[in-house]
Amino acid sequence: MTDTRTIRVHVNGKAFRGEVETRLTLVDFLRHELQLTGTHVGCEHGVCGACTVLVDGASARACLMLAVQCDGAEVSTVESLASGAGLNALQQAFRDCHGLQCGFCTPGMLMTLTEFLRDNPDPGEAQVRDVLSGNLCRCTGYQGIVDAALAAAKRMREVRL
Amino acid sequence: MSLTGFGASAPRKEDPALLRGEGQFVDDIHFPAMLHAAFVRSPHAHASIGRIDKSAALALPGVHAVFAFADLPEPVRRQTLPLLVPHPSLRAPRMPYALAKDEVCYAGEPVACVVADSRYIAEDAADRVEVAYEPLPAVNDCRAALAPGTTTAHAEADSNVAARFPVQVGDADRAFAGAAHVFRERIYQHRGGPFFMECRGAVARYEKPTDAYTLFVSSQGSHRLKRCLLDMFDLGDHQVRVVTPDVGGGFGPKGSFYPEYVNLAFAARVLDRPVKWIEDRRENFLATHQERDQYWDMEIAVDRDGHILGLRGELIHETGAYVPWGIVLPWIAATTVPGPYVIPSFKLDVVSVYTNKIQTTPVRGAGRPEAVVTMERLMDRVARELELDPAEVRRRNFIRPEQMPYNVGIIFRDGRPVTYDSGDYPACQAAALEASGYDGFRQRQAQARSLGRHIGIGIANAVEATGLGPYESATVRISTSGKIVVYTGATPQGQSHKTTLGQIAAEQFGVGLDDVTVVTGDTAAISLGIGTFAARTAANAGPSVHLAGLEVALKAKTIAAGMMECLLEDLELADGYVRLKSAPDVRKSLREIAVRSVGMPGFSMAGELEPGLEHTAHFTPAQSAYSNGTHVAEVEVDIETGAVLILRYTVAHDCGRVINPMVVDGQVIGGVAHGIGNALFERLVYDDQAQLLTGTFADYLLPLATDVPRIDLVHLETPSPLNPLGIKGAGEGGTIPAIAAIVSAVENALAPFGVRIAEAPVTPQRIVELLGSHALGRTR
Repeated sequence: MTDTRTIRVHVNGKAFRGEVETRLTLVDFLRHELQLTGTHVGCEHGVCGACTVLVDGASARACLMLAVQCDGAEVSTVESLASGAGLNALQQAFRDCHGLQCGFCTPGMLMTLTEFLRDNPDPGEAQVRDVLSGNLCRCTGYQGIVDAALAAAKRMREVRL
Repeated sequence: MSLTGFGASAPRKEDPALLRGEGQFVDDIHFPAMLHAAFVRSPHAHASIGRIDKSAALALPGVHAVFAFADLPEPVRRQTLPLLVPHPSLRAPRMPYALAKDEVCYAGEPVACVVADSRYIAEDAADRVEVAYEPLPAVNDCRAALAPGTTTAHAEADSNVAARFPVQVGDADRAFAGAAHVFRERIYQHRGGPFFMECRGAVARYEKPTDAYTLFVSSQGSHRLKRCLLDMFDLGDHQVRVVTPDVGGGFGPKGSFYPEYVNLAFAARVLDRPVKWIEDRRENFLATHQERDQYWDMEIAVDRDGHILGLRGELIHETGAYVPWGIVLPWIAATTVPGPYVIPSFKLDVVSVYTNKIQTTPVRGAGRPEAVVTMERLMDRVARELELDPAEVRRRNFIRPEQMPYNVGIIFRDGRPVTYDSGDYPACQAAALEASGYDGFRQRQAQARSLGRHIGIGIANAVEATGLGPYESATVRISTSGKIVVYTGATPQGQSHKTTLGQIAAEQFGVGLDDVTVVTGDTAAISLGIGTFAARTAANAGPSVHLAGLEVALKAKTIAAGMMECLLEDLELADGYVRLKSAPDVRKSLREIAVRSVGMPGFSMAGELEPGLEHTAHFTPAQSAYSNGTHVAEVEVDIETGAVLILRYTVAHDCGRVINPMVVDGQVIGGVAHGIGNALFERLVYDDQAQLLTGTFADYLLPLATDVPRIDLVHLETPSPLNPLGIKGAGEGGTIPAIAAIVSAVENALAPFGVRIAEAPVTPQRIVELLGSHALGRTR
């Protein structure tokens, strides 16, 4: 028999309280229960990074976490990045620098970099490549993504000044 | 030039939705009452199948059905999946059934389909389906598979040969007899895969009122998949619609037709509910097509000065368990070998061989990377033996620009002679050498060696048949709301069709890119289409959009001339209006013109015009357009760990006229990354019973951001005379020479140790093996 448990979780600022199967992964919870389909499933073994979200502000593989482990947590997904119809500075930089082609790995890239740029406002290229080495992209050869991260960091520094 | 028209790096129309997480990939599609499928897959690479017991699976709450071969409907049981490209040399082409009938021929072959309320339950149930397998000996190696009397990959077959065919130009044996030097190389290319980030998947629906199926599928060619479904179920054109939403990468294998799609369509009809199947990564490793298993045994004959006199040898190509794409891979490989060089004589015996592994079908480059590795390894060998600079040997053998168009003398897979339409190969190599600092390299190398560092440089040239026919379709339509829409059969997977094809249309109407919508990969929107693979879309769909746009623009002006009572030549199109050149305020909007074009009930059409402001073009190229490129890789090898660091990577690339430079750069750079993977990491390892040992991204390594360097790009533009826009394809040119350039550079770095490399990938482990006692870790 399936085992269920009640969880309370905040996703992108909105409260959820409900019953979930204990074996339900966080990414399936987000995609199927909450219909937040921006977070993608790429490998289901924690290597590709397409499902990266922030849990209490720290990046996490949503395919390796269970929904019940997020009881009481604050989860942020790609849907939280822009308000209204626009793009945030990082998203805009991805567009300006051709940081995406098929766009499937993109939400994970954006969430990894959201955490990274928050903690490292003035990174060098090697640091950016290092943090991106946890996210696979088969389309871009990473160059556009690296450029986007550096451009976004610059832009965000200028805004802060 | 406008900021968004042809030639401009227009920002992509695709981006905002994808960046906001609002892309519509196939797994994002949800229908009420939708069910979920999982497949029971063979654990054996080769076995016969006895009884299938479904009772335990069906007893699980939430399970709706379990289908095995015997449950499939008659037309599906009668036939195997369609062979996409037949060829006379394929005497007994083997193709799979929608579910295994009485024999499984690779580990992962689908045996039964389970449909349940959720994927979780479907997987639980799939584990409970009991299949009585009788294991048979498996064929693992395509070379061993050729031995007389050996085990066969298909139990009833008398040999493992799928096809044998020769490729021949001139009299190679005579050329070899008179040559100053003959060198022989045995070259291996090991299996890799596409490994798009979004696995395969589909959602099937059946609608009773119209007796019709709709398949939403992550594919590279909606129209071809539709035709396959029509064949499998023996249906009329109106009964299948295939729609391809956003696709998370394709790289070739999403262009194939797979058994899972047939099962989903059948299940949706029988259960009268939409059914979704999303491949998981484990299935993706087992059941999505792969590529690159080739073994070449080649000889090159040269004169005293290193001019090529002839090539001859044998190519053994592993097709795996089945032959969905016939012999296209070994054929493309064989016909790509000559590349940019004058090769007076060429003789190759090609054999395509069955094994008990998932089939090989085109993966980015499609046989060309293997051919280029082969040719460029031979060029490096000549350089070494004759003590010439590798760049100089290539220079001496280039086809000169004044020899264009150049007939290579062999027939390509499109049935036409391989005739290079245009290109300046010496200039391309020269540009790459200059940008890479090639002249200063020997000094850099000497200096590095004096410090105990092992750096090396490698060059590779490639010519690539792009823009493969037969055609790609486009309809340009201006609806009565005045909106401009382009429909095409081209089915993108990240190549930016909605932007680049939109740019071509926007140019015709003098409007911005935002005023054009491009609809791709929907068989209900346009009746014909081929799909996006083989670097063919820009060079085929591009001209179709251009030609259809020209027709519609002319028609709009003709109608407007009637409405405005003026001469056609006095009119121009701009900003959504047809206006008088002399008095731009005198104008008619596209909306007014479109309304006029469809006529009013009961009134005759004005003039001689066909109704509607639309036109469909199917640009049909006379033959392939040939892109070319030179790659120069500079690497450093750590002789203790075998790790390769790419220090510098330069590409000079010519794909004719460029629609959107940003997009082309992205295609090339992404392609190089794929080549880096193939050169250094990506290897699908099987055991002697053809069981996959590298079935996760922890064992099978894709290149990371830390592995791919910044790529320096130089563009040359020799327009193709074969289409009205001068375009050649750019989708694969980044991958094709990359493997050869990197392997060459690694060998060059290790030259002091006498290391010779004739294989890819050359992984750290393999490098340490090749170094043998030279590896520092062992001599200390």
